[in-house]
Amino acid sequence: MPTKLAEPTAQTAERLIDIDLTVNGKAEHFSIAPWVTLLDLLRERLDLTGTKKGCDHGQCGACTVLVDGKRVNSCLTLAVVRDGSEIQTIEGLSSGDTLHPMQQAFIDHDAFQCGYCTPGQICSAIGMLREGKADGRDAIRENMSGNLCRCGAYTNIADAIESVQGREDAR
Amino acid sequence: MNRFGYDRPSDVAEAVRDGNARGVRFLAGGSNLVDLMKENVERPVRVVDINRLPLHAIEDHDGGLRIGALATNSETAWDARVEAKYPVLASSILAGASPQLRNVATAGGNLNQRTRCLYFYDNTTACNKREPGTGCSAIGGVNRVNAILGASPSCIATHPSDMCVGLAVLNATVNVTGPLGDRTIPFADYHRLPGEDPSRDNTLKPGELITSIDLPDEDFSGNYTYLKLRDRLSYAFALVSVAVVMRIENGRIAEARIALGGVAHKPWRSKTAEGLLVGEVPSQSAFLAAAHALLEGAQGQGANDFKIGLARRAIVRACRQAADGTPQSQIDKRVA
Amino acid sequence: MATKLNDAPVGIGSSLSRVDGKLKVTGGARYAAEHPVADLLYGVVVSGAIAKGRVTKLHTEAAMAAPGVVEVVSHLNRPHIAWFDKAYQDQVAPPGSPFRAFYDAEIIYSGQPIALVVGRTFEDARHGASLVQVEYEIDEHETDFERSPEFKPKKTRDTFVEPKNRGDEAGAYAKAEHKVDVSYYLPTEHHNPMEMHATTVQWHGDGRITVYDKTQGSQNVQAYLVGVFGFAKKNVRVLNPYVGGGFGSGLRPQYQVYLATLAAKMLERSVRVVLTRQQMFSFTHRSECRHIIRLGANDDGALQSIYSKAVTPTSRFENYMEPIANWGGQAYRCDNATMDWALTAVDTYTPGDMRAPGAATGMTLFEMALDEMAYETGVDPLALRLTNYSDRDEMMDIPYTSKALREAYQEGAEAFGWSQREAAPRSMRDGSELVGWGMATGIWDAMFQKTTVRAKLSANGHLEVATAGSDIGTGTYTVMTQVAAGALGLPADQVSAVLGDSDLPPSPIEGGSWTAASTGAAVQIACDAVRVKLAKAAAKVDGNPLGGASVDDLRFEDGRMILAADPSKAVGYGEAMTAAGVSEIEATEAAAPGPLESIGEMLGVKKKAKNTHSAIYAEVKVDEELGVVRVTRIVCAVAAGRIVNPKTARSQILGGVVMGIGMALHEETLADHRIGRFMNHNFAEYHIPAHADVLDIDVIFVDEPDSEVSPLGIKGLGEIGIVGTAAAIGNAIFHATGKRVRSLPITIDKLLD
Repeated sequence: MPTKLAEPTAQTAERLIDIDLTVNGKAEHFSIAPWVTLLDLLRERLDLTGTKKGCDHGQCGACTVLVDGKRVNSCLTLAVVRDGSEIQTIEGLSSGDTLHPMQQAFIDHDAFQCGYCTPGQICSAIGMLREGKADGRDAIRENMSGNLCRCGAYTNIADAIESVQGREDAR
Repeated sequence: MNRFGYDRPSDVAEAVRDGNARGVRFLAGGSNLVDLMKENVERPVRVVDINRLPLHAIEDHDGGLRIGALATNSETAWDARVEAKYPVLASSILAGASPQLRNVATAGGNLNQRTRCLYFYDNTTACNKREPGTGCSAIGGVNRVNAILGASPSCIATHPSDMCVGLAVLNATVNVTGPLGDRTIPFADYHRLPGEDPSRDNTLKPGELITSIDLPDEDFSGNYTYLKLRDRLSYAFALVSVAVVMRIENGRIAEARIALGGVAHKPWRSKTAEGLLVGEVPSQSAFLAAAHALLEGAQGQGANDFKIGLARRAIVRACRQAADGTPQSQIDKRVA
Repeated sequence: MATKLNDAPVGIGSSLSRVDGKLKVTGGARYAAEHPVADLLYGVVVSGAIAKGRVTKLHTEAAMAAPGVVEVVSHLNRPHIAWFDKAYQDQVAPPGSPFRAFYDAEIIYSGQPIALVVGRTFEDARHGASLVQVEYEIDEHETDFERSPEFKPKKTRDTFVEPKNRGDEAGAYAKAEHKVDVSYYLPTEHHNPMEMHATTVQWHGDGRITVYDKTQGSQNVQAYLVGVFGFAKKNVRVLNPYVGGGFGSGLRPQYQVYLATLAAKMLERSVRVVLTRQQMFSFTHRSECRHIIRLGANDDGALQSIYSKAVTPTSRFENYMEPIANWGGQAYRCDNATMDWALTAVDTYTPGDMRAPGAATGMTLFEMALDEMAYETGVDPLALRLTNYSDRDEMMDIPYTSKALREAYQEGAEAFGWSQREAAPRSMRDGSELVGWGMATGIWDAMFQKTTVRAKLSANGHLEVATAGSDIGTGTYTVMTQVAAGALGLPADQVSAVLGDSDLPPSPIEGGSWTAASTGAAVQIACDAVRVKLAKAAAKVDGNPLGGASVDDLRFEDGRMILAADPSKAVGYGEAMTAAGVSEIEATEAAAPGPLESIGEMLGVKKKAKNTHSAIYAEVKVDEELGVVRVTRIVCAVAAGRIVNPKTARSQILGGVVMGIGMALHEETLADHRIGRFMNHNFAEYHIPAHADVLDIDVIFVDEPDSEVSPLGIKGLGEIGIVGTAAAIGNAIFHATGKRVRSLPITIDKLLD
């Protein structure tokens, strides 16, 4: 017989916590429960659905955003923990009609098909260039391995990243 | 995920006070705890967010290094002093997880990450680690990833960390604080074997918090390696991993330390095995003898029987890499 | 140098950048769970723990009492749903009785949805779901298909091809100089598109619902919801403008759309349901397969006999089957061939089509067995395939509309350097690594399905082409744009393609690699009709400068009709429409297989076979001692008729090849038969290839003109890339190591002694 879960002992009273985030350059204030992830906050409360939920467990990278400049899985990040942080999402990369060089490179190299992993791939690639540790094709592959792509666009993604790697404005 | 209370202390003493109650979990990077909360495996009553505690620094200490419990995996792996003096630690960290996870996962959290046993994660199944007394489904089940060493009839889970395998060969010590004060735990004593109480992964006492990890003043940068074997070439947990450091003097091994990952409830070392290498000229036969000694008592569970042979070969190869000064790259996937 | 978006010349054959690219790289493309709807409720599914039995008690009190929980929907309180199976049978349902969630207390597979907790926020629902407790009565189950008896159902799927046997296989095999008699195994695989299955149902309150669903067929889902819930068709609109991958998981309506609609109907509210990645392992999957292959050949490698039998599991409630055993018998010349198949029934959900169903399994495993024959006879693997080459579909004994496989073999071999191969296993090395070169053949159907497109040209020169079909990452938007732009001589940014809306003209589900050929043809025909109307309108222009020329006398370029005989005479589209007093010109046209062909196919009498082919060459490097495999190089040469867009076409093949790498080395859903449950139900333990696993892939399209296969000569590319790829890799691993692994995936443990 399958086991039953232990009776939940959690307190159920909701204590909302006030946090401030800067999302794509805009100051935002939230009163939220501590169990809201940054990913769900972006998608469900700010309608920034460019950040994707591909597994919700840090196993695919589709939810990758830049927090204080660093790439992280927003699905495993409780929003309250990031109080005071600066969040950059795919929506914050382009300015008006001008795409970020990484975005343009992805189009030019056909570095996606269904597009669902794409925002995470792009944010991750930018985060990787900022880290400055991805020298050469092998290193790009290894350092992008936290972003799965079921359509199998990997070689095109690596081409896209390589094509802008040297550019200051690609970081 | 259940509902929980949330505290965000700003100093260690406050955190220890907040943490001193049943059902409280300290939250650092969250890469494992939040994952398990979403699976309803961890159901904390309160979460104490320790990210604002001053435990982020990596500092010189007694000729060695003191790594703050909240230093991220990326910060540790890319710290110039770690790269220069403790490259086996950097390499083991970079073999694990993904860059995004390493950007949030912390040193302390890495020590406390929980097993990837498929049954531990699936709360419709029996699991003594998750729910003591319900039984171990992994025995006789899908146990490709499970332990070959140090297991018990109650639990055949493995510790999934790569970083800890690197720390194990560095003879690190773990500094903790808690309701009963501060203490220091030798790394080898930090994790425990499952025995009859697999619900406990380590020897932390209730309410205790890791503050830092000390690396002694030793330099193994010349002869080391971290070799990880897994089901794809990146972003997968180890089937078997091996960390090796050596001191070679006048062509003979003066000291060798070998730790295995992915095979037991803790990083696996053997004084006997390491002792066999001392005084030896590095050779295939010496490495093989050490491998046999390190795997003494290894037992498969069916689907993971292969790990014994794989571990033996991996130990030999890793010793060779360390002795030759040709450590495994975590970027070039060709095994050196 | 970065090119500007879509400034390439358009039309069939141009490498236009994906027209939905900008939306996808900016986060602007919205998928099923991302459409904003006011006053939305969130549903989280509670999944069952046992494989067979029934729910005896469902404890929902704690969940109902939890903050923000609105309802716990289950078999205990669900609203009325249809009784008869027919209502649940979607366009591609296999014979049987489709799964109905919450119909009653019965449990028929592990992971089955038991309840849906609906909350005001996602977090409320998720919390509520964690509080639901279920008590079961457990019945004995069986999930190990090799322990269940084989059977052959009388009724097969419409698309199933019964084997047609020839000659005397047993006699020829007995006499053959060389024999291979082997048993191969492919494990269960799960589709795992990156977007988890999700549905947003918008409840309008006036009887209408708008359903944003992750599906490969908006109209298939629409018809299903009408049948199951009794909505009037006009009141159900299903939208799927962007689909985060499918690979077959979205061919049939899956339970998330059923549950979201059920809850919306019950609560009269808008509801969103998103499955978890764990729940992505709780419905359809590629069936595991036991493939028995027996080959006889003479000394020069000429096949004397082929025996191929595939056994696969199906569920207890539907009989799902794929044509797995036939491919080798179709592809190669051999006078004696027997193909056979059987099912066994197990307590799982029904398997379903996954990228190249049948061929990805059957051709892959057959091509590995054939490689064994190459070593058995000492004939080079490529030479062996050329020796047995056939220009006919050997099973049906009919010619192909085209088959440039010989060219694919040759161009692929040249690009790969196959002639440099040392024949003996373990004969090639690179330092500590053994090097292996292997190859295989791929084959897939080139299908064509009736598709209707509406083309609408506005006076400002903007052209819209629309159909209900889907672009699941396959590039359909781009293909439609190219064909339309080419037909009317417009730049790409003057054309918009509209998809993913059940209100649009009918399209089949997006699958089978038929979309480019079928939708492309329909766009062409609809645009041709617009051209005719435009030409007529041009006659109304003052002075009739084109002299009433018919469409054939005109060139349609740069938004103008130009008299071919005298290019100085031209009329702009806008000018013509103004003269005719119309603000737009619209035409809705269907492209369909010809009536004779349809009847023929219905009767099982095909005059010609329509197939794509490929030749795959793989290089692996294997650490001799540790069994670590790296796929360092793949060349995939494809013969697939006319290539609409070399850039997106190449991506399709790359994707198939990468999934083939996964099939060869990584993918395997592991079942615990004691509890009848898939256990590695996540992305950490169900491995698909990561960046580090994918090195160089070279894609070649060989020239293959074909005026018969479809109106535009297009064959389709969505599936051919995976077929045979795993075999080429497996064969390369044998060449490298001398170890023949007959059970995929070839994980590290299988390469140790």
